[in-house]
Amino acid sequence: MVESKANCEQVWREISNYVDGEVDTALRQTMEEHFQSCKRCASVLAGMQNVVQLYGDERMLEVPAGFSRRLEKRLASDVAVRGEGKGKRWSSWSAWLVPVAAMALIAGSVVLMNSLTFKNFIQSRHAQPGNNIPPDLVVVVSDGSKLFHVPGCAFIHDKASERTMTAKEATRDGYVPCTRCLRQYLKTGLTPPSGQQVAAAASEAEEEHQEQEEDLSLAGH
Amino acid sequence: MSEPDMVLINPEQTRPTREQDLILNVQRGQNELFYELVRPYERRVFAAALAILRNEQDAEDTAQEAMLKAFANIRQFRAEARFSTWLIQITVNEALMRRRRERTVVMEGIDDRRPDEEAEYAPRDFADWREIPSEALERKEVRQRLAEALATLDRKYREVFVMRDMEHLNIQETAEALGISVASVKTRLLRARLMLRDLLAAGWEQGWFSRLPFEKGNKPW
Repeated sequence: MVESKANCEQVWREISNYVDGEVDTALRQTMEEHFQSCKRCASVLAGMQNVVQLYGDERMLEVPAGFSRRLEKRLASDVAVRGEGKGKRWSSWSAWLVPVAAMALIAGSVVLMNSLTFKNFIQSRHAQPGNNIPPDLVVVVSDGSKLFHVPGCAFIHDKASERTMTAKEATRDGYVPCTRCLRQYLKTGLTPPSGQQVAAAASEAEEEHQEQEEDLSLAGH
Repeated sequence: MSEPDMVLINPEQTRPTREQDLILNVQRGQNELFYELVRPYERRVFAAALAILRNEQDAEDTAQEAMLKAFANIRQFRAEARFSTWLIQITVNEALMRRRRERTVVMEGIDDRRPDEEAEYAPRDFADWREIPSEALERKEVRQRLAEALATLDRKYREVFVMRDMEHLNIQETAEALGISVASVKTRLLRARLMLRDLLAAGWEQGWFSRLPFEKGNKPW
């Protein structure tokens, strides 16, 4: 049976709707009869179904190499920043750590020149907790641990649950200082460390942290 | 001929409530779960941005921005909507805004030379459709050829096709995402599918799929 040209054109107009199941029963039946008798339209239908099937395949959704990693990193930094402070950009440790670390690096380089001071750092790791810690020092606590840390300490448990607070608040809430990142405060019977020493310790903690998590992008945030 | 059910299956309709749990938890402040929530859609988000911007770097930037925007607005998401659709719509908005901003539309001036959307498109006459099986998508060069064929379509056809057949938005959602009428979506989708069918058929002639596995003796037609 030879189909009329008009009939084929009508089929072509509706063929996409047919593939999507969006034609009524009568039209569907008419078209199916047409496909059985018209090789050209059957070929158009088969081709269109093939196109829809191929392009609809998940494998067609390709992303550039490293896309997922970069996205995850971006979300890890920006979502943490935006979320915790509900819009306050400097609420997350990963954000305010930048200026702190920068100051610490500058001050630390001076302090580390002083060998006597440096010696003090490695003394008295077991000591009374927190007596010399400045109450306003910003520290980090996290779930599953009763320690508080200098931001960026490599020994923070479950980093995803990190919260920042002052040392005073942490102590009030029953947290005790980490003997690694806060060890310079744990000496007994000594004068409180100078600002430079604090900075040097923060610097050291930061270096440790950066070695462990060099992937964490801080630049620009 | 059997019903083309295969193309109508939407894999998300069977998505378990894990996604709903994730949405709820992120809305309640568990920001660290956000990447887990959007990860299944990262490739679709990229593809949507790429369809509009046609530049991988721009598409990646836009995908990241769209994800962050989705996070910032996550509390506005309502359970009656599909999360994937919501995410894709945000992405499309971001991409369209970027295109407007950067005037990349200038590079696609060719689209404007073909206002004949309503004109009939007569598909090429191939007596038999030589099916390209889904397994062929395992081969990078096949995916590449298909992507190249898609890239030759005019913007208005390409965008509708990608939203409908690659992003699996329905007709109404496609219309809303792109800001065009349902009738336009249908017309453009028909044209896009027909043109791609012809392009793939021409691809056979040019040997695009010459080394498909079934040519070694297992011909499906």
